[in-house]
Amino acid sequence: MTETLSEGSTTPEALSLVPKAEAKQSMKDFKSDQEVRWCPGCGDYAILAAVQGFMPELGLAKENIVFVSGIGCSSRFPYYMNTYGMHSIHGRAPAIATGLASSRRDLSVWVVTGDGDALSIGGNHLIHALRRNVNLKILLFNNRIYGLTKGQYSPTSEVGKITKSTPMGSLDAPFNPVSLAIGAEASFVARTVDSDRKHLTSVLREAAAHPGTALVEIYQNCNIFNDGAFEVLKDKQQAEEAVIRLEHGQPIRFGADGAKGVVRDPATGDLKVVEVTPENEASILVHDAHAASPTTAFALSRLADPDTLHHTPIGVLRSVDRPVYDDQMSDQLEAAVVQNGKGDLATLLAGNDTWTVVG
Amino acid sequence: MTSQVSSPAEQAEPAEQQSESQNLTGQRKPGGPGDKEVRRLDRVIIRFAGDSGDGMQLTGDRFTSETATFGNDLSTLPNFPAEIRAPAGTLPGVSSFQLHFADHDILTPGDAPNVLVAMNPAALKANLADVPRGSEIIINTDEFTKRPMAKVGYETSPLEDGSLEAYNVHPVPLTTLTIEALKEFGLSRKEAERSKNMFALGLLSWMYHRPTEGTESFLRKKFAKKPQIAEANVAAYRAGWNFGETTEDFAVSYEVGPATAAFPAGTYRNISGNLALAYGLIAASRQADLPLYLGSYPITPASDILHELSRHKNFGVRTFQAEDEIAGIGAALGAAFGGSLAVTTTSGPGVALKSETIGLAVSLELPLLVVDIQRGGPSTGLPTKTEQADLLQAMYGRNGEAPVPIVAPKTPADCFDAALDAARIALTYRTPVFLLSDGYLANGSEPWRVPDIGELPDLRVRFAHGPNHELADGTEVFWPYKRDPETLARPWAVPGTPGLEHRIGGIEKQDGTGNISYDPANHDFMVRTRQAKVDGIAVPDLTVDDPTGEADTLVLGWGSTYGPITAAVRRVRGEGRAVAQAHLRHLNPFPANLGEVLKRYDKVVVPEMNLGQLATLLRARFLIETRSYTQVSGMPFKAEQLADVFKEAIND
Repeated sequence: MTETLSEGSTTPEALSLVPKAEAKQSMKDFKSDQEVRWCPGCGDYAILAAVQGFMPELGLAKENIVFVSGIGCSSRFPYYMNTYGMHSIHGRAPAIATGLASSRRDLSVWVVTGDGDALSIGGNHLIHALRRNVNLKILLFNNRIYGLTKGQYSPTSEVGKITKSTPMGSLDAPFNPVSLAIGAEASFVARTVDSDRKHLTSVLREAAAHPGTALVEIYQNCNIFNDGAFEVLKDKQQAEEAVIRLEHGQPIRFGADGAKGVVRDPATGDLKVVEVTPENEASILVHDAHAASPTTAFALSRLADPDTLHHTPIGVLRSVDRPVYDDQMSDQLEAAVVQNGKGDLATLLAGNDTWTVVG
Repeated sequence: MTSQVSSPAEQAEPAEQQSESQNLTGQRKPGGPGDKEVRRLDRVIIRFAGDSGDGMQLTGDRFTSETATFGNDLSTLPNFPAEIRAPAGTLPGVSSFQLHFADHDILTPGDAPNVLVAMNPAALKANLADVPRGSEIIINTDEFTKRPMAKVGYETSPLEDGSLEAYNVHPVPLTTLTIEALKEFGLSRKEAERSKNMFALGLLSWMYHRPTEGTESFLRKKFAKKPQIAEANVAAYRAGWNFGETTEDFAVSYEVGPATAAFPAGTYRNISGNLALAYGLIAASRQADLPLYLGSYPITPASDILHELSRHKNFGVRTFQAEDEIAGIGAALGAAFGGSLAVTTTSGPGVALKSETIGLAVSLELPLLVVDIQRGGPSTGLPTKTEQADLLQAMYGRNGEAPVPIVAPKTPADCFDAALDAARIALTYRTPVFLLSDGYLANGSEPWRVPDIGELPDLRVRFAHGPNHELADGTEVFWPYKRDPETLARPWAVPGTPGLEHRIGGIEKQDGTGNISYDPANHDFMVRTRQAKVDGIAVPDLTVDDPTGEADTLVLGWGSTYGPITAAVRRVRGEGRAVAQAHLRHLNPFPANLGEVLKRYDKVVVPEMNLGQLATLLRARFLIETRSYTQVSGMPFKAEQLADVFKEAIND
């Protein structure tokens, strides 16, 4: 299934058509000459550093890497990567990237987006990119707030959020981006946190190796308009109760000394959190990211409480092989040549019913 | 039986006027099929009309194919409701197909039919007003029973109450005859009935001496998987033919000779506007040596281009049916960034949705074709009817100063050349380009001289391949917004090119480097430069057709009004009046000599299928008062109508 990358390993299938770098790369190679203009203390810095630090590991020719973004704070990301890049318009990055990736299989195409960009104005493009399984890596920076427009609630904000546009509290129920992606037939869905560089990098590694669309939700702190939104997942003590780290093939346990675990409720089929006891230890669910059915991955995504963020699973929730759109598109082009021969323009234009006028 | 001679008012072309007497006397040829009289005509307009489910479009298409193969010049006007199956037997459910064919050069589907085939009461009622007195009407009497007649408000049968006295009515029980003819096929009544359109086609094919092999082989191919249905349709078609030959009611048949003199030597085929446009895109891709990428969302009347291109994957054509209009153009723009010849196809409502992305393409300065097959608006408007009301939307429908070149084809076959021209502009100047066709061109068809591949323009482009700028310290760098001094186009550096990594976006860019810039003077410069680039696009001068050089009135049109305008101009000239004619292919930028041409004439008539959008542009640009003549009925102008308008202007 999903291959992991390490120095000197073979290229995963997802990147097999992308040319390799001729020389060994370093993080510096991926820094552009542009001054980074996020607010001091923004979680985006950490994500940028993690991505720039991870890229050399892929060993791809950097001219074959493209970052496409929409609009929002996170969408400035491409300017800071010394690769090809496009800072497009609000919500449309997955659509633009789809055209690029499906016409150029020799490129490694990344989309950088935010919770407003991907889930509000661009929600339609996101779900359709996921169901098509285009070879795109989508990094969704979720800070649960609109930053660039100065602090309105977003589609991931908790109910009752007091913001400039909701002085009496927001009314809309939030999206859980992971649940949404799984519901949209995504073949790869993961969640990570900006401040955990090691975890973030490991998730990027798996996403990069995945053939098809990979959605990585990255919880990202906006220290200006929604500071501390993910503190419960970052503070060491609180995180023990709040974070469920998923590892494929491992029992899903968390809390101090793994005191808690996830089991399937035989009555409803749903998942629930229990205190691990010698009696129930054997029934603790073993995480299977590659399960063909999305049911359990979806159930895992629902464990998180949208208000307190308790029981938030991080890691790769789902990673399954599914035909890749761009490959199939190319296959059809080849099949058409096999069936009908290479297109001949003169024959096409003449058609079947012609007549001749003699001058 | 009267001869099918057009009244002078309908005569679109001088050829008919010269041959009118010939028409009247006819050329009686004994010994024709069944020893019936054969008369020679120089042109005929036929309209097939029936229910949406009666197969009138197919019938019209087949008659058109037969006519094209025979070598007539022709022009067609399909007219159908937006509903797939509108309620049967109702006026809104009527679907029709008009075909004008001639032994000489013609320009329009004709103003009024010489022959109407009415498959039911609704078809008769909906179309009768267009049929001049004295014309022939073939009526399917089987449908003229109480209920179908009551449905459209006929209290008495028009077949019996004398209301059709002024016409030459041929009452034919088409349904009964078809069922009778298919008795041996063991089909249900309903199945057999469905072939009645082929019976009608056979009858008309006999009347006009159309070749039949094409239709028979078409039917066998179409129903290859249902040979019984194929043979039933062929049998119905032949029965219709034989009915004409043996029945006394049809005493005369007609010959319309091939239009050999109208066409330069060459190989010809019949082609519709959307098909020609799709072929033009494939040809442009080949001539540019770039893969074609279509991002599109289905919309009437543009979907046929998506359908057609999706059939030609063996040309390396990628077609992407997106989740919405915005994604359609978004994917196309992404492909353009990657070095494809990128296209999006849509109609007016889709253009509205794509506006922001078109603006992005203006800012990114990437080649992109935006094909708008205009239809009646606003909003959903009239999806299956024609209009030219998106001109100002194409011109100005974006935020900020976002100039986009506009190219408009003038006839169905011209959609091929216009597509190549739009691609030339997009590729040379690195800009989105509007291609403004419309429903009339899209679905109408005409003969087309198949071009020699060697005649097609060379559209090859040169991607950026290395640094293009030297910094003060001597470092060689790549500047994505350093322009070609002649065209003002920026370099097209596609991902995968080493050393040219760069970032582009919708935020204002610094001249040259392309870095984000909020500098006031730079923005002012960039806005003016993008405008200057579009203003400087090379378009040919406008040519004026003014044979006598004595005209003081100019008729200026654009897009699909070319046919009716030219036919009307011929009529006016046929009456000995001088009138000049010019037709715009390029709406942005205008040809450089347009202002001078306009000022040469005392009066400028501008017919448009909108409320005067070109007239508005002309007034704004050249400070001239034109005589705007407009129509937004969803139907093309008629030649007679325009001729009257032109004469009025001339007399003024």
